[in-house]
Amino acid sequence: MEATIEVTGLRKRFGRTTALDGMTFTARPGLVTGLVGPDGAGKSTAMRVVLGLDTADEGTALVGGRPYRSLRDPLCQVGALLDADALHPNRSGRNHLLWLARSHGLGARRVDELIERVGLGDAARRRAGGYSPGVRVRLGIAAALIGDPPVLMLDEPFDGLDPEGVDWLRGLLRSLAEEGRAVLVSTPLMSELQGVAGHLVVAWRGRVVADTGVAELVADASRGRVALRTTARPEAMTALAGAGAAVAVTGRETLTVAGLAPERVVALLDAEGVPFSEVAAHRATLEEAYMDLTRDAVGFEPVAGGEESAR
Amino acid sequence: MTAATPYRSVRPRGRDGFLRLLRAEWTKFRTVRGWVAGMTAAALVTVLVGLLPAVGGHSSCGMGEVETACPADPVGPGGQAVKDRFSFVHRTLTGDGGITVRVTSMSGVITYPPPNHDTIVPGLVPWAKAGIIVKDGTRPGSAYAAVMLTGAHGVRMQHDFTEDVPGRPGGVSAASPRWLRLDRSGDTITGYESADGTRWTEVGTARLAGLPDTVRIGLFVTSPGDLTVTPGEIGGSGEQVRFTQATAVFDNVGVRGTTGGGAWSSEEVGAEDGMTDWERHHRPAGLVESGGTLTVTGSGDIAPSTEGQVVERALTGATVALIAVIAVAAMFVTAEYRRGLIHTTLTASPRRGRVPVAKALVIGAVAFATGLAAAAVALPIGTRLLAEGGPVLRVSSLTELRVIVGTAALFAVVAVLALALGALLRRGVAAIAAAVALIVVPYVLATVSVLPDEAARWLLRLTPAAGFAIQQSVPEYAHVLGHYAPSTGYLPLPPWAGFAVLCGYAGVALALAAVRFGRRDV
Repeated sequence: MEATIEVTGLRKRFGRTTALDGMTFTARPGLVTGLVGPDGAGKSTAMRVVLGLDTADEGTALVGGRPYRSLRDPLCQVGALLDADALHPNRSGRNHLLWLARSHGLGARRVDELIERVGLGDAARRRAGGYSPGVRVRLGIAAALIGDPPVLMLDEPFDGLDPEGVDWLRGLLRSLAEEGRAVLVSTPLMSELQGVAGHLVVAWRGRVVADTGVAELVADASRGRVALRTTARPEAMTALAGAGAAVAVTGRETLTVAGLAPERVVALLDAEGVPFSEVAAHRATLEEAYMDLTRDAVGFEPVAGGEESAR
Repeated sequence: MTAATPYRSVRPRGRDGFLRLLRAEWTKFRTVRGWVAGMTAAALVTVLVGLLPAVGGHSSCGMGEVETACPADPVGPGGQAVKDRFSFVHRTLTGDGGITVRVTSMSGVITYPPPNHDTIVPGLVPWAKAGIIVKDGTRPGSAYAAVMLTGAHGVRMQHDFTEDVPGRPGGVSAASPRWLRLDRSGDTITGYESADGTRWTEVGTARLAGLPDTVRIGLFVTSPGDLTVTPGEIGGSGEQVRFTQATAVFDNVGVRGTTGGGAWSSEEVGAEDGMTDWERHHRPAGLVESGGTLTVTGSGDIAPSTEGQVVERALTGATVALIAVIAVAAMFVTAEYRRGLIHTTLTASPRRGRVPVAKALVIGAVAFATGLAAAAVALPIGTRLLAEGGPVLRVSSLTELRVIVGTAALFAVVAVLALALGALLRRGVAAIAAAVALIVVPYVLATVSVLPDEAARWLLRLTPAAGFAIQQSVPEYAHVLGHYAPSTGYLPLPPWAGFAVLCGYAGVALALAAVRFGRRDV
């Protein structure tokens, strides 16, 4: 069985609100797939449909080629973290993991392994009601891993983590993907997935507006841009903008220039007598690439909005 | 695209068998301290409240100026408390044999009946009894079989207090005398009646297990107190019992078999409480023999006792304890809705209909164990303490066992009903309020004497509170006049029928919960 999440043409309305409007994407093994989009993009609803918690009005959601509700050992097929706060406040984290383990015939040893792996430590034996958001996320990840599943699905796992926790989670996600698991991670903040995601699905108003590999996306966003380092930033901007380039400030002494080849930039600055110390091909961050993408998405907005008001 | 090798777990595959789901739900239950504490509290409340009435109540019976402990009722062959007081004219019978008599008259007096309670009037109470009897000695409570005429219920064949078979209706007079006959063969006694002493009709047969070779055989007369039940001023009702006496005239007495002595012995069986003024000054109990005519006068009853404290009074605390059971059972499911934990539960068990069933089994088993432990302690100790406050209506150990196990089953099914309501309403407070309103409130309303008897009976037939019938130790007897009302501990449905009503409610609620679990988005 292929370890994948395949979502095809999902539609779901809650009353007058359209939560999913034909959402389609696939999470493949060996890769962290980022499901990115603002609140209300349909990320959580899509995940709930995958887990059989919500029923789609249309479309299919399959885990390893099968609907979730037909799985006989679901926690061994897919692990999910939907809401890290979904805990009984008077039950300890360890006991929370223990009942999950029992539901699949697993024992206390598996629970203790996971407590070790996510670094819960002593907190595991205290009541969950007193946990910090960060500890709750660690517990939620341990719960998702309980059945050692080949597919993982985490809804905004970075939410509530401190910077140290974010680093830890990135490392964990990378290693889980390297083990060959399909890892789907949703987030509203692209930057959280920097250096982690291998594939991106950008959702917006219940549909996917971009579905692309991260490497191609970044290359795309970098293409044709020049990074410039200069002590005379305003002069440089005037000179380059005068020649028709799009100039963006990226730091106190740094700029990116789009629309001009590097040799044209050098010639222009020389001609105007603007000093500079470095001209190089620009490498975009994931965040920049995402901003480009969403700018494009917003470009579609009138069309999408028009459809919605027509209903 | 990365040519990744998909992950293969090295762990053995788990299967979401139902037993595993049960184990998961049990783990959930035992790991929340408040729930375990709630169930423990339910057990403790049952025991402690059961011990309370003994502290308050104390009753005594007087013999003139002297206070004595109230005599406890004797215990019949079935293990239950009985009334066994009558005038007995007897001789011994060894081996097989029998007795035949003709009854020519049956009359009596009732002292100070309503409406004015100021005169003694002639008359028979409906269950005044006069007839012939075979009895295992003269000890109150010993086995017997008798065929008799009654005040208003015609001829009856009764044995061992609880058993009663009707013969032909009608009374007796000098113009139309009635013949009665008992035949003994081993431990089997057969009763007959006849209008002429030649053509006999069988009334019934009794098998008295363990009846010894030598028994007493003879005539008896007895007459139970005259009972009136008056509606109380604030609902409920009051009871009054007045002394009565019956007299019967027998002739053509014939005894068959090996009998002892020539003369009849006359004895007041079970008469420990002295004589009334009526007996002292007007007509004493006992035998007046004149030629072949024997006139026998007596008071009392040969019947199961319905006066006294029932053993389930020791389980009064269970009513309060059930509120704790309801709260824990409802929260066992509503807590999951409150925190969104239900999503995790359904993710672990996508076959959703099984979840409420597994939860019901776990909470039911826990409540059963709680009720069993509580009742097994409270009943024996509480009964002993109750006895210090007044006579307790003893019941057979089998009945006692049914009361204890029934209490456990009551806890279990109430827990299941509360859980199902929790799954349907999804809010803890609403579910607890609904369960208490359906189960505990009707029971309390029906049994505290605020409602008219009939209204109380309907409450205990129609609501889940009917299930409390499983705790009732003394049944309603058709051949004993009594004030059978919920306020005096008599529920309208038999134990298992009442329990079945409760089970019906719980089953329907659980089925609805399972269906809704399966259907809706959560």
